[in-house]
Amino acid sequence: MSFEEKGTWVYAVVTVSTYVAYLTIVLGRAENVPLTEVSYVSTMLWTIAIAVALSVVGHIAVAISKPSEANKSDARDKEIYRFGEYIGGIALAVGMLVPLGLAMAEFDTFWIANAIFLVFVLSTITSSIVKIVAYRRGL
Amino acid sequence: MGKPTKVTNSIRALRFAHGEMTQAELADRIGVTRQTIIAIEQGRYSPSLEMAFEIARAFGVPLKEVFQYPEPK
Repeated sequence: MSFEEKGTWVYAVVTVSTYVAYLTIVLGRAENVPLTEVSYVSTMLWTIAIAVALSVVGHIAVAISKPSEANKSDARDKEIYRFGEYIGGIALAVGMLVPLGLAMAEFDTFWIANAIFLVFVLSTITSSIVKIVAYRRGL
Repeated sequence: MGKPTKVTNSIRALRFAHGEMTQAELADRIGVTRQTIIAIEQGRYSPSLEMAFEIARAFGVPLKEVFQYPEPK
């Protein structure tokens, strides 16, 4: 597995695990209060910050585990990256119609913010899956 | 995605004919990762024209001895 493919796995695992942790925390607070009154802003910001930090740490760990391959990428890596980001970008554009609709329908900001967050997460997962499949089966 | 290429190649045979050159050695010579050489050998990746020429140069043979494209039936 190339350095870039390992990095893609790190990004995917970090994205999924931090989002699941975020959901667990926020939904855990909603036992006795309506969901829209649950405190989520700082949790969301911390989730994003921790996800970025974990991705950096994960990449460093991957580099340390095999220094000879660290930061090595070639034309195939770049093609796969572009393809994955292209599909992820489409998912993001289509997905953003949901929070847009929620805003137009004047839903609570809780739903709009969480819809945007979910779409970001799903687009990241989509691009990661596309890249991993491209690495495994070819472009 | 995953569309098989019609391009076939003789890289594996050429590596063995050139002192059992490893995939890693060939990768180093042309400046790509070993995984890319594996993907090309298995037909999962079609290299750019420039990379194809670099592979042929690494073996000191013409391009057509490395890559083949089937004639239409």
